[in-house]
Amino acid sequence: MLAPEEKLPTPLGLLAELTHRCPLGCPYCSNPLKLDPRADELDAATWARVFREAAALGVLQVHLSGGEPAARRDLVEITASARAAGLYANLITSAVGVTEKTLDALADAGLDHVQISIQDSVEASADRIAGYDGAFARKRALAAQVLRLKLPLTVNAVIHRANIDRVADLVELALALGAARVEIAHVQYYGWALENRAALMPTAEQVKRAVGEVEALRERHRGRIVIDAVVPDYYAKYPKPCVGGWGRRSLNVTPAGRVLPCHAAESIPGLEFWSVRDHSLADIWASSPAFRAFRGTDWMQEPCASCPRRHEDFGGCRCQAFALTGDARATDPVCHLSPKHAIVEELAGVRAEADYVYRR
Amino acid sequence: MSEVEKTQTVAEDARPRLPRGVRLVHNEAQGGFVLLAPERVFKADAIAAEILKRCTGEATVAAIVDDLAKTFTAPRELILGDVSKLLRSLAEKRLLEL
Repeated sequence: MLAPEEKLPTPLGLLAELTHRCPLGCPYCSNPLKLDPRADELDAATWARVFREAAALGVLQVHLSGGEPAARRDLVEITASARAAGLYANLITSAVGVTEKTLDALADAGLDHVQISIQDSVEASADRIAGYDGAFARKRALAAQVLRLKLPLTVNAVIHRANIDRVADLVELALALGAARVEIAHVQYYGWALENRAALMPTAEQVKRAVGEVEALRERHRGRIVIDAVVPDYYAKYPKPCVGGWGRRSLNVTPAGRVLPCHAAESIPGLEFWSVRDHSLADIWASSPAFRAFRGTDWMQEPCASCPRRHEDFGGCRCQAFALTGDARATDPVCHLSPKHAIVEELAGVRAEADYVYRR
Repeated sequence: MSEVEKTQTVAEDARPRLPRGVRLVHNEAQGGFVLLAPERVFKADAIAAEILKRCTGEATVAAIVDDLAKTFTAPRELILGDVSKLLRSLAEKRLLEL
């Protein structure tokens, strides 16, 4: 919680999960295991109000995500309302279900940027990971159309054991598709990825090689493409500053309207989330129990409470602390200073040639 | 400033512009100008904002520098250094076309 003299932070970004519906079944999907049903989804008018409230709160960018946002027939209307509210509109899509006509209409509605997920650089493997035949071809086609419309393109590649040896090929593919930016995002183990952890976990040698490759690629392609890397958590020394600090820079609205400090926050039991159906976004940001729970540093235990890095990484990720130690206030066990760090070392060594549990 | 001397200047006949998907906006809650870009936000200080406002794709670097030197009664060489530094760093991030 905040000390009285501390100022309430101003959020920068809003992740708008327009729907949990998605044609793909990626085994590392960041959506929760229990998905919001279609009947509970917010309507376009409510999203428009949420965007106006977000802009008034200081939010600059909205990330239209899901599920697959194009599963909503009113996506164009929703996108237009984001721009009308003064927000930067970013579409995060699997490309499946975004027709040529839809993208044309989205561009006309003021869409600012498109992020397309790519599962692998090899078509058969990409479609197997996505659990959807033909997904790879559709992604290539949409990327080409994004370029024709002169919209900026980011390729997002989630990295795990099945594709980690092709990190360089994925960057080359992103370049060939005309992306100005590529995210090399090692799997974070929440939601479906936690279910599939043993099937997704790369070896320490693979991780080391991939991290080195990304460094070299970044130098080689400087000025042509920006490579943003999300580090593989379980092999890190210090934890990530999850969502830039709890209740500090971003918020997440679920398809049904619950407002979360991060997309996985509902995995922590006992947190009370408020909904945009009952409260204004400003109220929720300032006062909802879930946002206040881990804001600032007062909630911390040792070794975080006296750690000089506590304002840099904020103790790491609360969801991961809970998932691995059973205590959401504990130091993220990814941190080598955590008394429970051995859990992470052990789990990083657990690999199994298991079939994926596809998100369905 | 030695840093300015070290900065490689950009071609003065280039006409810098912000590409689609990169926008300079003023935001009260964030306390000034911000440059909105693909999944990133950069706070623009007063100098950066004055430079970026002029990157319309029409004005040349030379014209932008002249204008800034006149508006802020500052040495042209110093301004050219500042402008070059900013434009090069943004171009490298693919946030500006030179």
